[in-house]
Amino acid sequence: MKTINENKLAISKRRSQNIAFFLLGFLGYFIVAILLVILSFIVIKGFSVISWDFITKMPEEGMTKGGIYPAIIGTLYLVAGSMLFAFPIGVLAAIYMNEYVKDGFVKKFIKQMTNNLSGIPSIVFGLFGMSLFVNKLGFGDSILAGSLTLGLLVLPIVIRTTEEALKAVEDTFRQASLGLGASKWQTTRRVVLPIAFPNIITGLILSVGRVSGETAPILFTVAAYFLPKLPTSIFDQAMALPYHLYVISTSGTNIEESRPIAYGTALVLVLIVLITNLLANALRKFFGKKVKMN
Amino acid sequence: MQKLESRHINVHYGTTQALKDINIGIDANTVTALIGPSGCGKSTYLRLFNRMNDLIDGIKIEGQIFVDGKDIYEKGTNVDSLRKNTGMVFQKPNPFPKTIFENVAYGLRVNGITDQKFIEERVETSIQQVVLWDEVKDKLKKSAFELSGGQQQRLCIARALAIQPSIILMDEPTSALDPISTAKIEELIHELKTKYTIVIVTHNMQQAARVSDHTAFFYLGELVEFGITKEIFTNPKREKTQNYITGRFG
Repeated sequence: MKTINENKLAISKRRSQNIAFFLLGFLGYFIVAILLVILSFIVIKGFSVISWDFITKMPEEGMTKGGIYPAIIGTLYLVAGSMLFAFPIGVLAAIYMNEYVKDGFVKKFIKQMTNNLSGIPSIVFGLFGMSLFVNKLGFGDSILAGSLTLGLLVLPIVIRTTEEALKAVEDTFRQASLGLGASKWQTTRRVVLPIAFPNIITGLILSVGRVSGETAPILFTVAAYFLPKLPTSIFDQAMALPYHLYVISTSGTNIEESRPIAYGTALVLVLIVLITNLLANALRKFFGKKVKMN
Repeated sequence: MQKLESRHINVHYGTTQALKDINIGIDANTVTALIGPSGCGKSTYLRLFNRMNDLIDGIKIEGQIFVDGKDIYEKGTNVDSLRKNTGMVFQKPNPFPKTIFENVAYGLRVNGITDQKFIEERVETSIQQVVLWDEVKDKLKKSAFELSGGQQQRLCIARALAIQPSIILMDEPTSALDPISTAKIEELIHELKTKYTIVIVTHNMQQAARVSDHTAFFYLGELVEFGITKEIFTNPKREKTQNYITGRFG
């Protein structure tokens, strides 16, 4: 009697395991499929317009012809500018939170506020950036104002990923360093940060992806509908890929005719994010190796 | 004067009491083993001597710890120089992600020593002290992670010796090592005794019997028995000690 029951149990256990495996596997591949569909859609529609001229020439004839060079350059400026602002501040804030503040009210409060900051819709950041950087501080519509606004937007991502990276460093490394008479800052700088660095790079990757794709925060702070020349200083306006895409899809001079350029722009945007990801991954591996060597 | 002494030490983590009125005196150039089941407070006790417990949020320490006759929990104690005088070795080998050379040099560098020649000499002497020199002298510029677990642990001891401490605290230094590496470390402890005062936490009863002069048996935050190792292991005064060392619990 007992053996029959056990057999039944084994069969039903195996069956439910098979079902679970199938479902989980299906969902996993489903996500891959969605990504592939989106990517191939953009590649198929945009590939035909991509050419050397497309990425190195100015737009022509009311943005229905020509290239998107100024938008690419503008986006690169904005990525660099916002990282220059958000990366040091975010990393230092995370170091303070993880290495210096004791568990308690202050830490909880800062953490909660950081989380809240990341929950604010990006258009609100745009509005805030306009009122503070553009008007109050008098930067005008400029790369500086746009970079600062985007920097604020990604600050929580940088802080959170850096914090996770620091948390992943085993405490005995800190204790060993402090035990040798090192100060907290020496310990952080010479032992903790080098170990955490490859993971901190992850925060940078995520932020770059986010910054290059955001439209709302640059809408009122930097983005130009069309500029006949490249920006020459951080106080100039700039074109940017996501905003350019928006403009030629909704309010261009001839929307139908500029449709291929829109897909081309989308493809370039995706490629930029993809390339930065690969680059950052390589960087991460490189530093991971270097950490072990030094 | 004894090298290390604790008087009426009470330690609380939040609402739980980790150590209850601990009084122990430790002579210079001896090895003292702290034994007891997990959670008995022996590691917490060890970490009082270089104030490593200060890092824990919500800990409360009462009583006095004397190192060379000075209360190290007194206000105005220079914790950095206290720690410089106290080398610490951990359960798992934890070399820094640096070269073999830089691992040992680290303690000197963070303490402001820049004389490269002096650093090189100290590094060599320290690595020789842990009998690792012949194995690593040709690859000092290589990452410390390339060494085996046992070699890494000896490197960590060398790292602690480089700053010329007078006390060495060891927190289960061989629990992650194979028997041969363990034997090497135990041998090392014997040799280091002539120069340093060593306190070692261990789960391994035979190890305590082999390496130590004195043994302290902790149970639930209390010091059950403290005395000469031979007597503790052959003729314990308390029944609880007897039960623990014969493996009846723990």
